Amino acid sequence: MTLDAIISQYRDVEGGLIEALHAIDNEYRCIPESALSKLAEAFDVPVAKVYGVATFYAKFKVGERGSNLIRVCESAPCHNAGAALVLAAIESNLGIKAGETTADGRFTLELTECVGCCNESPTITINEVPYTKLTPEKVPELLSKFR
Amino acid sequence: MGFNKEKRIVLRHYGLVNPTSTEDYVNKGGYDALKKAKAMQPMDVVEEVKKSNIRGRGGAGFPTGLKWSFTAKITDADQKYVVCNADEGEPGTYKDRLVMEGVPHQLIEGMAIAGHAIGATKGYIYCRGEYPNSQKALRQAIADAKAKGILGDFDLEVRSGAFAYVCGEETALIESIEGHRGEPRYKPPYPGVAGLWGKPTIVNNVETYANIPAIIENGADWFAGIGAGNYPGTKVFTLSGDVVNKTFVEVPTDVTLREIIFDFGGGIVDGKRFKAVQVGGNSGGIIPEELLDTPIDFDAMSNIGMTLGTGAVFVMDETRDMVDVVKCMMKFFEHESCGKCTPCREGTFRLFKGMCKIANGEANANDLATMETLARVMNKTALCGLGQAAPTPFQTTVRYFAADYQKRL
Ligand SMILES: Cc1cc2nc3c(=O)[nH]c(=O)nc-3n(C[C@H](O)[C@H](O)[C@H](O)COP(=O)(O)O)c2cc1C
Ligand code: FES
Repeated sequence: MTLDAIISQYRDVEGGLIEALHAIDNEYRCIPESALSKLAEAFDVPVAKVYGVATFYAKFKVGERGSNLIRVCESAPCHNAGAALVLAAIESNLGIKAGETTADGRFTLELTECVGCCNESPTITINEVPYTKLTPEKVPELLSKFR
Repeated sequence: MGFNKEKRIVLRHYGLVNPTSTEDYVNKGGYDALKKAKAMQPMDVVEEVKKSNIRGRGGAGFPTGLKWSFTAKITDADQKYVVCNADEGEPGTYKDRLVMEGVPHQLIEGMAIAGHAIGATKGYIYCRGEYPNSQKALRQAIADAKAKGILGDFDLEVRSGAFAYVCGEETALIESIEGHRGEPRYKPPYPGVAGLWGKPTIVNNVETYANIPAIIENGADWFAGIGAGNYPGTKVFTLSGDVVNKTFVEVPTDVTLREIIFDFGGGIVDGKRFKAVQVGGNSGGIIPEELLDTPIDFDAMSNIGMTLGTGAVFVMDETRDMVDVVKCMMKFFEHESCGKCTPCREGTFRLFKGMCKIANGEANANDLATMETLARVMNKTALCGLGQAAPTPFQTTVRYFAADYQKRL
């Protein structure tokens, strides 16, 4: 769906700006820069306000993300269960650091806080699906499924 | 397992009904409480909830019936709202997810009863963005209940959070539903008087609403007689960390932490020794073994400087270094502070930097003392509970695990 088509579904919804951001994020995995002015016009608010809202929430990224989004939970239960080792294994497998996207645009790696799977820490999510009880050894095989 | 204190009210149908089937829930007596409530005068429903003495399960322990009564007695509002706080952002907590994905209709029923009680025809469930499956389960259950005419004129909508811990604070949550940055409001006015879009609004936690059908069904006296008198009923706990049984348990509120960790939880993994437990998520206190015989009810916990909070029980064995753990927690708050008030914006940043300095062995006793002063300033002056409670893990570990700090100075 085009940005315009998505935005037009929410312009009359109360509090629809964030709903529209969710819908754009679902479709594009990010908030393209070009969406900001379109949203501002649809909701009749300054672009700065749209930018302020979009950047407040860690789920949204104004700009680009790769086609697969990996998030590594770094909250305390996952931290104690070895999240740093899992993160290091992912970083070395992909050749990028947290916050970066691979050159081929296939993966973006981000850090996140608790995703509610702390009974099976450490947890990462790939495209919002949790993968739990991870070890550095399991990382290469898991990532290969998304290559 | 030699643990026989489990008692299920919130999770009484968990695993026993098909979450996607409204019929299944109805066949188990589901929505009978809504029918019963609708045959009662709204004020009588509020009174019943008041008499049950149920207090909020989302962290602050505010009496639910009292909260409802403020909003119920407002008669000149053209619209009121019932809002469910399903932001569940405290690390180590997954109790609300169990309700939303296991017994979504029970939450919906509790909210519909609240709608009748306070005179609201519209409700919102603000569910964290990390839980797409919960949102799906709720949306489906709501659509089905509406289609079957079960909800009458009560309209219910799910709104998704977007990975911001502060949006669990009720006024930040309201801001977020309205489509703004999730920054807490100045109080008063409280949401009960001027909440969502300025209208009278009650905000309660998932577990709070999920208790309501059973209270209406069995009566206030039944509920008030369970567990601790000042915080009756049950509480759902979620276990994580170095404990054998990393799972959930629902128990009356007069059991002790020791019973939860050792009798139910099976003790520490690999035969190691217990060192510490944090209760209530990242903003909760971290305590040593000597305090484990404290009952888990809200007031008993407050008496030892703890919060029951969400019921997250994060267990740490003898190998865990409190400086390392607290550094991780301070990073969380530094990231999650919304930046609206200075004590929290600056304070969370400074506490995180301070913990890094201690962890690197670069801090001295003066630095530690300055951090303790800063922590007290945050407790007293931050705008919302985030900044007020953020120093808690630091403060409690300095108090109970001083050796971990001393050896780095
Ligand atoms: C920073 C912060 C985060 C919070 N997160 C949550 C949360 O995720 N879920 C929740 O129910 N309450 C949370 N609360 C508490 C709410 O502000 C509010 O007290 C609660 O939703 C009231 O519901 P209850 O009375 O049923 O507990 C949070 C409070 C603060 C200050
Ligand atoms: S702490 Fe990582 S999923 Fe909860």
